[in-house]
Amino acid sequence: MTHVLLRHRDIPDINKLDVYKKNGGIDAFKKAVTKMKPTEVIDVVKNSNLRGRGGAGFPTGMKWSFIDNKNWPHYVVANADESEPGTFKDRELMESNPFQFLEGLAIASYAVGATAAYIYLRGEFWQVAAFLDEKIAEMEKAGYLGDNLFGTEYSLKIFTHLGAGAYICGEETALLESLEGKRGQPRVRPPFPPSFGLYGKPTIINNVETFANVPPIITNGADWYKSMGTADSAGVKLFSLSGRVRKPGNYELPFGTTFRQLIYEYGGGVQEGRPVKAIMPAGASSSLIVVDDKVLDTPMDYATVRTLGADLGSASVIVIDDTVSVDWIINKTIHFFKHESCGKCTPCREGNYWMQHLTERIHSGDGSKADVDLLLNVAKQMQGKCLCALGEFATMAVVTGIERFPQDFKKAVKATEHA
Amino acid sequence: MSLEKTYPKEVKLILSKYPAEQKRSAVMPLLYLAQREEGYINKAAMQDIAKMLEITETEVASIVGFYTLYHDEKAGKYRMQVCTDLPCALRGADEFLNNLCGNLGIKVGETTADGLVTLEGVMCLAACDKAPMFQTQGPDGIKYHENMTVDRTMELIEALKEVN
Repeated sequence: MTHVLLRHRDIPDINKLDVYKKNGGIDAFKKAVTKMKPTEVIDVVKNSNLRGRGGAGFPTGMKWSFIDNKNWPHYVVANADESEPGTFKDRELMESNPFQFLEGLAIASYAVGATAAYIYLRGEFWQVAAFLDEKIAEMEKAGYLGDNLFGTEYSLKIFTHLGAGAYICGEETALLESLEGKRGQPRVRPPFPPSFGLYGKPTIINNVETFANVPPIITNGADWYKSMGTADSAGVKLFSLSGRVRKPGNYELPFGTTFRQLIYEYGGGVQEGRPVKAIMPAGASSSLIVVDDKVLDTPMDYATVRTLGADLGSASVIVIDDTVSVDWIINKTIHFFKHESCGKCTPCREGNYWMQHLTERIHSGDGSKADVDLLLNVAKQMQGKCLCALGEFATMAVVTGIERFPQDFKKAVKATEHA
Repeated sequence: MSLEKTYPKEVKLILSKYPAEQKRSAVMPLLYLAQREEGYINKAAMQDIAKMLEITETEVASIVGFYTLYHDEKAGKYRMQVCTDLPCALRGADEFLNNLCGNLGIKVGETTADGLVTLEGVMCLAACDKAPMFQTQGPDGIKYHENMTVDRTMELIEALKEVN
């Protein structure tokens, strides 16, 4: 299969501008700027049914169409904060096929009339940011970024901005606060960024992978894109496969590929040939799916994964085998969310604090059944009450872990029950 | 200290990225610059940045406190930050970190006697398929080290010793 996004696996040196150009690169941006009106670009993206790849799966073209044209200037921001445990796809895209991402970002900027775009990278992507700065400079030198592009009146500058180690900055309004030079804490919404974004101006924020999909859509058309994937989820997706598989890594596959294909055909199966016990399809934020044959044969798209009581999210599939106990898993995920809670809203700040104490006690063998009940109670009380999705995410593995793997918790508290 | 005097070119480039009336946005890149030499940010640097961006020192300090990659205390020249989050832990990251502690004779959070390396456990670094892994944060920025073993890590530390 020829890759749509991970083109570096088919074309060596595509991270060099001349090679990218030779393979059709920049054609889409040039076509958009010289031959299409901004609204036409938005219509093509809308018709392609491209959905946001950061996790929420919101229709991209629709988001772009929400931009407030009564308030100027406009901004476009690329969310390259990639921090979900289990997600490592955007880094590969930026490092290995950077121009496709940058071109997509440029097309989006043209479509919503932005003349400045920012790439917000997590601080750990220090080397990636330096690399992108080089690539942006090359594009400027070649006349693909800067003033009066392709002889038109359209001008665009792209800047990188490094975060400094805060998962919450992947939440789009926290990201904007951070980019404005403040602590990365989410804003109360509405208003949403397309009307009130960076510096209070209309702003479109998309994930790196979302932008990388745009150039081939503009070049090949919406129908071409829809011919891949499923009716619910069009196109291809980068699946970050991790955990107890033999060949972890990123796999670009059409939506609708089954878990079994991903894990066994591409991932080489489970280490030591053990059975899959659970899957977390959306990283640490994920609900835990109890795995049986039916689950393994489920096609991965947004709607179908939901029928398993989980979300596909950013498709960071963590595979868990039967050597792992779920009380250990939730202790790990809660340790993460407790550390990353920004502290702005009480349910998340306090809830994660209590959940961490409880998961630690249970996992250490000092817990009782009452602790498990209390943990479930705290998690459920947080749900629907937090300012942003982080608080909600923290509860997912806890609630589904306790409800769907009760035997693991019985075993974990057994020692104290008999004492 | 004055960042504008020490790093005039860098400061100018950073400020040019943001609209003139939004220079507060430069606080994060400027903090990285302030941290470059000593590996941590002192009070004088925070005052300097506050003045440059016309915000309060408290506001600058709140940024330093909020984000994990800024430090307000001196540590080893290199911070070796090992990810032990769920996907890495499923591939042996906890064991790796424990063994590394044993080999270095220090606990997580401590610094080697020669002041070269501080060992830290950190949150997900987006390299889950290449665990065990860590990043080093030092004078030359942040570098990833993936698919690591304790032996290879000890070799890396030896190499760092030689250049320092």
